[in-house]
Order: sequence, then structure tokens, then C-alpha cells
Amino acid sequence: MPKKEKMKKYWKENIRYLVILLTIWFIVSYGFGILLVDQLNSIKLGGFKLGFWFAQQGAMYVFVVLIFVYVRLMNKLDKKYDIHE
Amino acid sequence: MGILTWTWILVGITFAIYIGIAIWARANTSKEFYIAGGGVPPIINGMATAADWMSAASFISLAGIVSFTGYDGSVYLLGWTGGYVLLALLLAPYLRKFGKFTVPDFIGDRYYSNVARFVAVVAALIISFTYVAGQMRGVGIVFSRYLEVDINTGVYIGMGIVLFYAVLGGMKGITYTQVAQYCVLIFAFMVPAIFISFQLTGNLIPQLGFGSTGEDGIYLLDKLDGLQKELGFHEYTSGSKSMVDVLAITFALMVGTAGLPHVIVRFFTVPKVKDARISAGWALLFITIMYTTIPAVAVFARINLIETVSEKKYDELPEWFGNWETTGLLKFEDKNKDGIVQYVADESVNELTIDRDIMVLANPEIAKLPNWVIALVGAGGLAAALSTAAGLLLVIASSISHDLIKKMINPNISEKNELIAARLSAVVAVMIAGWFGINPPGFVAAVVALAFGLAAASFFPAIVLGIFYKRMNKEGAIAGMVVGLCLMIFYMLKFKFGTFDGGKEAVAGLKEDWWFGISPEGFGTVAMAANFIVSIVISKFTPPPPQEVQDIVEDIRIPSGASNATHH
Repeated sequence: MPKKEKMKKYWKENIRYLVILLTIWFIVSYGFGILLVDQLNSIKLGGFKLGFWFAQQGAMYVFVVLIFVYVRLMNKLDKKYDIHE
Repeated sequence: MGILTWTWILVGITFAIYIGIAIWARANTSKEFYIAGGGVPPIINGMATAADWMSAASFISLAGIVSFTGYDGSVYLLGWTGGYVLLALLLAPYLRKFGKFTVPDFIGDRYYSNVARFVAVVAALIISFTYVAGQMRGVGIVFSRYLEVDINTGVYIGMGIVLFYAVLGGMKGITYTQVAQYCVLIFAFMVPAIFISFQLTGNLIPQLGFGSTGEDGIYLLDKLDGLQKELGFHEYTSGSKSMVDVLAITFALMVGTAGLPHVIVRFFTVPKVKDARISAGWALLFITIMYTTIPAVAVFARINLIETVSEKKYDELPEWFGNWETTGLLKFEDKNKDGIVQYVADESVNELTIDRDIMVLANPEIAKLPNWVIALVGAGGLAAALSTAAGLLLVIASSISHDLIKKMINPNISEKNELIAARLSAVVAVMIAGWFGINPPGFVAAVVALAFGLAAASFFPAIVLGIFYKRMNKEGAIAGMVVGLCLMIFYMLKFKFGTFDGGKEAVAGLKEDWWFGISPEGFGTVAMAANFIVSIVISKFTPPPPQEVQDIVEDIRIPSGASNATHH
């Protein structure tokens, strides 16, 4: 595969990861924590109402996980296209 | 030992550590001064970023804000953490690959224009100065409350210490002192939180504790909702802000976080692109340790406070109440002369005024914790304020010495003179920041939101488009930044300061006129959208960027070869 073609494919896969990860980012914070908060608050997780828990705890945990997943995915992708440092 | 002695000991030890590190990590080249030589290990960078990021406001005020606003406080928790996901995925790796020293560096080179560079320098200076003023004031306030010295004396001591390690060590010195400051501040925040969580719920982990039951077998949050309702406040776990405003504020804070120059510049200090990605992860992990504890502290403090003071005889209140009354953070006015404290939502009946900062500052005393824990909070607050101030001062210094002097005024300046210029700029910046700390403009608290709005409205779109849209040219980027900045400043002046309608008093009445029902705090979202639209539209009608710039964009998208890029 010529270099230019290869880079195009690499970039496309990168963008695909971004779209997936940012969708999850959006759902846990804006979705569960804000837009759907009243509906989720009718479910209880121990002493927490679920919507409130996402807004003040859950979304933040997911954010951390998302970045580490991204790092893993990208390190693999860099190796696959042989452009790691 | 008394609280005062303990505080002097702890502050003395931590300050000695900061100075020791500064001497050990002196900067000898301009590269070391601007980006710590580009050799900071990712986990160390993550820790330094966390300290850089968590300011006096995070440490002292945020738990109080959440405590008084309940669910509505989520906008800050989500906004100030979620921005790191954007930073890690959309900015950090590419900016690291680009491999320069400052944010205006990127804007100036990517948009092949010194006008763009200049606009970026102006934005960086406005953002950093508004932010740093609050930090120096914070140092003064912590000194005055814990060490019983004058606020101004506190500001002078703070200036002295920052001057020492920022001027001597530059980014290199700052990075390693920030690591120490992170350890101090997180320890100081967690110890009281763990103590109180155990006292109230028997659970050692505050994050779980505030979802557990108290001694009476009732869930803490249910109990708090009940107490709040009884006293006429809104239910703790639901909000009172409109949903569109909550969305707008959260988004503006996230995007603003990702666009703040003192945060972005930290990602230039790691050796590889890979390291930039993972150090954003470490940074967020270290921040999240504190940010998930904050809502727990908020709940504990609120319950403790209500149960200690509500409907209690004023004469029989514990000693801390009187101590904090003398600082003016607590005010009791016996309106119905019954000698009992009525703390309720109804302003005409309520007898107790509480400053939100007390939720962190007095929390250990309210929970009757040992003196050394109380003293620790003082040292932690100082660490938080100093670390953020230093990071901001470095952005200011490098904007002047690198972007203005080296890149625009005198490109032939020698390495040695540039380093001298950088140190002198840092000295001047500390002086100006100190001046703001001693003569705080009345709007300090209000302008923190402005700093985020400005970062969201200016840098974020320009950087993201610069990476993800190859066709973006200088005309589009400059127009977008100028429109975003002006729109944001106009909105703040109109709805935060009432500049066009007769001053501060008019602000409350203007709420009806908010565009789309969005508050000035959330307006960064709208200004950012305006920047994106203007940039893209203008770029369609103007010539594409030159081929070599398009090649740069291709190049920053792939990680390999990053280590060579720093030489220029």
C-alpha cells in the first residue's frame, strides 16, 4: 500500500475511534447526568438516585476509563500501521 | 499543640520542600524554561497537570458550591473533568507532535500569520491574568485565616515563593514542585474526608460513604433531601437551573478546560505523542480522586452543619462557630430574639448567613477532628493556589518572551538573552499578579467564568480546526477567533456587569433577556459555535492554505518522528 493511502486509512480509523468514544462521553454526562436525569432518578443504586450518581460520580469514572481505552486503541493502531515512535 | 503551631510547622515544611526542589531543578536553557526540556515522564506530567489544574477555587470553594446547590453543582464536576477527554482525544497528541513551546506558537505557525499569533497572545494573556488574580488572592486569604497574618502579607509571601521557583526553575522547576504540591493537596483533602466519612457512615471511602446509611439507618442523601425540604430549600438531589442552561454551562466548562493555555502547554513537556495521550489519562485520574470526593464532602458538611446549628441555642453552639464568626464567614442575626438559630430558605426569617468556603475550611473543626488535620487543610489550600499560579505565570512569561519578543519583535535574539527575557517577564508577571491580589478588582469571582468562556470561544475551535480540517486558512481562523472573543466579552459585559444598562444593579433584571435562556457562564458554548461557523464560512470564500502548511497538518496526524520536531 502506498504511504499516502495508508495514512488516509489510519486517519479514518482514528476518526472512527473518536466518534465512538465521544458518543459514550456524551451519553454518560449529557445523557444520563442531565437530559435523562429525572427518568434515571427513579432507579436507586444503594443510597444514590441513579441520575444524580451519574452527574456527580459515574460520568467522571467513565471519563477516566475512556482515556485509557483510547490510549490502548491508538497504541495498537500505531503498531498496525507501523508509525509508532 | 494548637492549630496555629501545627499550621506554621506544616506550611514551613512544605515551603522548604518547594524551595529545595526549585534549586535542584533549575532551568539552564530556554527549552527547559518553556517545556522542561521535553523530557517529563507521563505519570509525573499527569500529576503536575492535576496540581496545575486544581486551583484555590477547586480546593477551597467547590465543595461549598456543591454543598449549597446540590445537583446544580454537577455542572462544575462534569465540566472540569469531561474537558480532559476532549483534550486527550482531540488536542494533546497532535499538539505534542507539532512540538513547539506555546499555544500561540501553534496558532501562528499553523495559520502562517503573525496576526493570528498576536490574537492568540492577547487571548492567552487575558485568560491567564484573569485567572491568576484569583490565585494570589487565594494565597492571601488562606494565610490570613490560618496563620493570623494580614491578607496582604500573605500575598507578599506567596509572591516571594512563586517568584523564586518560577523564575529560577521555569517549567522544569514548576513541574517538579507541582508534583510535590499535588501530593500535599490531595493528602490534605482526603484525610478529613475519610475521617468524616467514617464518623458519619462507618465507611472509609467517601465516594461510597455518601451513598450509605448513617447511624440512624437512613440513607444520607434521603436524610439530606428531607432536611432541605423541612427548611424550605430545594431538594438536594434535584436541580433548580433550567436544563438548557445546565447543558450550556457544562459544555462551556468542558471546552474551556480543553482550551486553557496553561493546561495545553503541559502536554508539550513529554517526550512522545504516546506519552501525551496517556499523561492526559493520568492527569484526569489524579483530578478525579479529588473531584469524586468533593460531592461526598459537600453532603457530609451540609448534614453536619444543619444538625449542629439548626434550632440550637446560640449560647450553646460549639467553639468553632464563634471562631468563624470573627472571620466574617458566618453571620448570626437573631431576628426574632429567641436566642435560637433559625436557618431556613425564607430570607425574612433566616438568621444565619454562611460563606460557602467554610464548607472546606471549617469542615474538620465541625467534625471535631484533631488539630493537625485542621492545619493540613491550610497547607493544602496554599499548595493548590501556588501550583496554579505558577503554571499561569509561566504561560504569561513565555507568551511575552517567546511569542512576542522572539517570534515577532526580535527573531535574532540569542538563546541566552531569550532566557533572560523569559525570567524578566516572569518577574513582571508575578508583580502584576501580586498587585491584583492586593487590590482585587471587584469582579475577580465573576471573571473566572469569563476565562473559560474566552478559552472556549477562541482557542478550542482554532486548534481543533487546525488539526481536523486541512482546508482551514488564516482568514477563517483569525475571523473566527476575533468574533468568538468579542461576542463573549460583549455578552459578559452586558449580562454579568450590566455595562450597557446602568451597572451591576441592573444585572438581575436582565435575566429575561438572556439569549436562548443561557447564562453568561454558559455563553462560551454559543460563542464557540459562532467561532466555528464564522471560521468555516470565511475559509470557503478565501484561498486555501499553502501546500507546506497542508503538509504540516498531514504530518501532525501521525505520531512517528515527534522527537525531532522540537528543534526549530
